[in-house]
Amino acid sequence: MELNNMNDVVVIGSGPAGLTAALYTARANLSPLVLEGEPSSTSDQPGGQLMLTTEVENFPGFPDGVLGPVLMEQMRAQAERFGARLFGAKATRVKFQSGGPHTVWYRDPSTGDEAQVEARAVIVAMGARSLMLGLPREHELLGHGLSTCATCDGFFFRGQHIAVVGGGDSAVEEATFLTKFAETVTIVHRRGELRASKIMQDRALKNPKIRFAWDSVATELVGQSKVEGLKLRNVKDGSETVLPVTGVFVAIGHSPNTDVVRGELELDPDGYVVTSDGTTATSVDGVFAAGDIADRRYRQAVTAAGSGCAAAIDVERWLESHSAH
Amino acid sequence: MSKLTHDLTDATFDEEVGAAEQPVLVDFWAEWCGPCKLIEPVLEEIAEENEGRLRISRLNVDDNLEVVRRYDVMSIPTLILFKDGEPQLRLVGAKGKAQLLQEINRHL
Repeated sequence: MELNNMNDVVVIGSGPAGLTAALYTARANLSPLVLEGEPSSTSDQPGGQLMLTTEVENFPGFPDGVLGPVLMEQMRAQAERFGARLFGAKATRVKFQSGGPHTVWYRDPSTGDEAQVEARAVIVAMGARSLMLGLPREHELLGHGLSTCATCDGFFFRGQHIAVVGGGDSAVEEATFLTKFAETVTIVHRRGELRASKIMQDRALKNPKIRFAWDSVATELVGQSKVEGLKLRNVKDGSETVLPVTGVFVAIGHSPNTDVVRGELELDPDGYVVTSDGTTATSVDGVFAAGDIADRRYRQAVTAAGSGCAAAIDVERWLESHSAH
Repeated sequence: MSKLTHDLTDATFDEEVGAAEQPVLVDFWAEWCGPCKLIEPVLEEIAEENEGRLRISRLNVDDNLEVVRRYDVMSIPTLILFKDGEPQLRLVGAKGKAQLLQEINRHL
């Protein structure tokens, strides 16, 4: 793909926030360049977290639900239709300066070499990724019983006993989904009650295939070449047990993908981008943030899309008021 | 998928992968797998650019459990590179083109 060196706006990220920002800035004739990211299975990838989900039941306009990857394909096509330039490359570092221009480096997907583009305004929308457990041998056992993607891998655990670590909405949603395949699903949660929403909790508590290991944390993955069990420690009495499972799915929360902008933008103590009240403006004039990267509170596809729209409008106004440059 | 990426089945796997003169990269995939869709265009590009030295085929895990079990595939996308019918390299999870090529080229 031929890239212009100077762009009115560069959007980093291609989840609901990035693609909605791209749609709106494209329709404002700003010909946005979107650095979509690189394929991966960790939810830091083109299309974002929805690429790892199946049925999305709460995106307005789809009364019968819509598959996450299908929704993202449609958002992408819609942005492209109005002239967004979509590029499957991952941003590697940035240099922002108040008022611009800003520099964004990316890894060329074909050569692996670093290249750079300049932008008058930037929208950062890299989203968030799933946290891992941080246990020894996690990397070796990924894909051998340890999984970060229930929708990708649930199929392989037909008739088996598996565990889901976590107690929030995504953990309970994954556990419920996995009962389609598994014989039993044990939810391992460090507290004595779930944090998930009422409707998700009710579904899980009523599901005969779902069991609970309360007040428990995972301490070790058991098994040599593949997962054969999960060692747990009870946080109340310190007792240790091994859950005999062949699959372990991790859903213990998310962390914002702000590594690339660390040191360039003001971040809060958990790494989320700080925006000024009621707008998408960041600590650097001419850089805006949208979606989960700046949202610790709502983290929904529809709120991400909404803030992507807001960022696009903020950029459009900002460029207008700085058109003398 | 382009004509370069060829569909394997339980019935055709041994013959096609075992008898191939070039190394064969098998993409274990399914319709319902988002990351599998992300690497489709990447694999197409790699297949086109390496015509004559590497064949890329894919195997739908939904319909071909025998091969899936034989190679203990528990996560998709999984890519396995075969030479003379023997697995040489196994890559689990979606990856970018440069990363894939770096791994694959070592075995070509």
